[in-house]
Amino acid sequence: MTSGAVTLTLASPPALGEPAVETASLPSEHVTLTINGRLYAIDLDPRTTLLDALREYFTLTGSKKGCDQGQCGACTILVNGQRIKSCLALAVMHDGDEITTIEGLAEEGELHPMQAAFVHHDAFQCGYCTPGQICSAVALVAEHRAGWPSHATADVATAPALTDAEIAERMSGNICRCAAYPNIVAAIREVAEEGRP
Amino acid sequence: MTPFRYERASDIAGACEAAARPMARFIAGGTNLVDLMKLQIETPAQLVDITRLPLDGIEETGEGGLRIGALVTNSAAAVDLRIRRRYPLLAQAILAGASTQLRNKATTGGNLLQRTRCPYFYDTTKPCNKRVPGSGCAALAGINRMNAVLGVSDNCIAAHPSDMAVAMAALDAQVETISLDGARRTIPIDSLYRRPGNTPSIETVLGPGELITSVLLPPPPAGRQVYRKVRDRASFAFALVSVAAIVDLDNDRVRAARVAFGGLSYKPWRSAEAEAALAGAAATRASFDAAGIAALRNARGYGHNDFKIPLAHRTLRATLAQAAGLA
Repeated sequence: MTSGAVTLTLASPPALGEPAVETASLPSEHVTLTINGRLYAIDLDPRTTLLDALREYFTLTGSKKGCDQGQCGACTILVNGQRIKSCLALAVMHDGDEITTIEGLAEEGELHPMQAAFVHHDAFQCGYCTPGQICSAVALVAEHRAGWPSHATADVATAPALTDAEIAERMSGNICRCAAYPNIVAAIREVAEEGRP
Repeated sequence: MTPFRYERASDIAGACEAAARPMARFIAGGTNLVDLMKLQIETPAQLVDITRLPLDGIEETGEGGLRIGALVTNSAAAVDLRIRRRYPLLAQAILAGASTQLRNKATTGGNLLQRTRCPYFYDTTKPCNKRVPGSGCAALAGINRMNAVLGVSDNCIAAHPSDMAVAMAALDAQVETISLDGARRTIPIDSLYRRPGNTPSIETVLGPGELITSVLLPPPPAGRQVYRKVRDRASFAFALVSVAAIVDLDNDRVRAARVAFGGLSYKPWRSAEAEAALAGAAATRASFDAAGIAALRNARGYGHNDFKIPLAHRTLRATLAQAAGLA
């Protein structure tokens, strides 16, 4: 996975608009992250969220800041294979973790099957929520294959078929204000049915 | 966010010691605490990261129950086949809460200790006795449709938002903790939360630096388990009312039943009154109605949330009918 491991060290990241006097006595924390197969090391104010670390310090701006309070899902990324909301995660707590963002899904210029399905099904309008939707959808397919039940599952002891109702429930952490939901569901259904990763 | 010192705990004793310092807080999933820190509702001077502690396992107890580590994520608990088969109520309740992204981060201990979602607790321009003791309660005469109707006081009508805790209350779960001095104790989940009374800012019986290490589930009780949640939209919303019910039938009579409500109180509200009304009663709509009347006799609405009382009654009736196999 590590394609030309790059170690990027930024000794003093730019302040996020906080008064310097308050932070002067607080040590920054050294954080090492593997992001899309590359190793990054940085000293961070411990208040920095994973989302802000990605966007402001690693210039990976594909993950979007929508609500910044864990409700919209635009910041969804994969941490050690699991989808989370990066706006509610402190970067320092993820020291050593493996992170995949929307920028890391394509391989050698080929779109990830979920990205291709979103294009094919026109599963967006403005596109702002799309990186989070796609990261979420990639994890959804893996969770379903692992037998995870959901709130839409009649008997939680069983591994349910991935119906449209199951997809809708499992995607409820991602809001699309343009309401591209029917096409998002269609894209996910196609990838799940074709058995691609 | 106000500045804080970050400390990664490497052992339980060190975690308790660090978190016992003034203005220090444990952090695990962070899905609630980080949000509240951004809004400066929570302003810890120190965060004690407990996520590397070995508390993330689910193990069998000798008595036929399960011990769920405090750091087991909500997703990991809801996916565990032992929980899905023996405690489907708990899996259903967890899956009814939040979204997958949040359940992947949120932990068992943190879920129990999450703060209320009362809009006035979140609005720092309004009085809130829970946020600023002595400042008053803006919810009393405010938009209080999400607030509590049982067990609260005129100082605070905040509702506990957890689904998971409601199922655990019905399952007689116990919370296992360890304190600064190494002492361990086992707290029935019903005794974990303190009545708001005159001190709504003090929410649990936990002492400074006391850490939840696990939740103990006794062997599953006989009967069918059902969790039913009523909310404003189909997914990813807090409960207006929820009901956890376990009904054990002897032909067409109720041998024993357990009832707990969510969305109605400062804690998951186990109803001994409903359970007493159901024990030995015929499994009929009339009995379920009688249980609802008994459960909600002392309920009090505050205007916008008056609807919760009849809604709780109907939700209980429907859930009991489903658990009794009549619906």
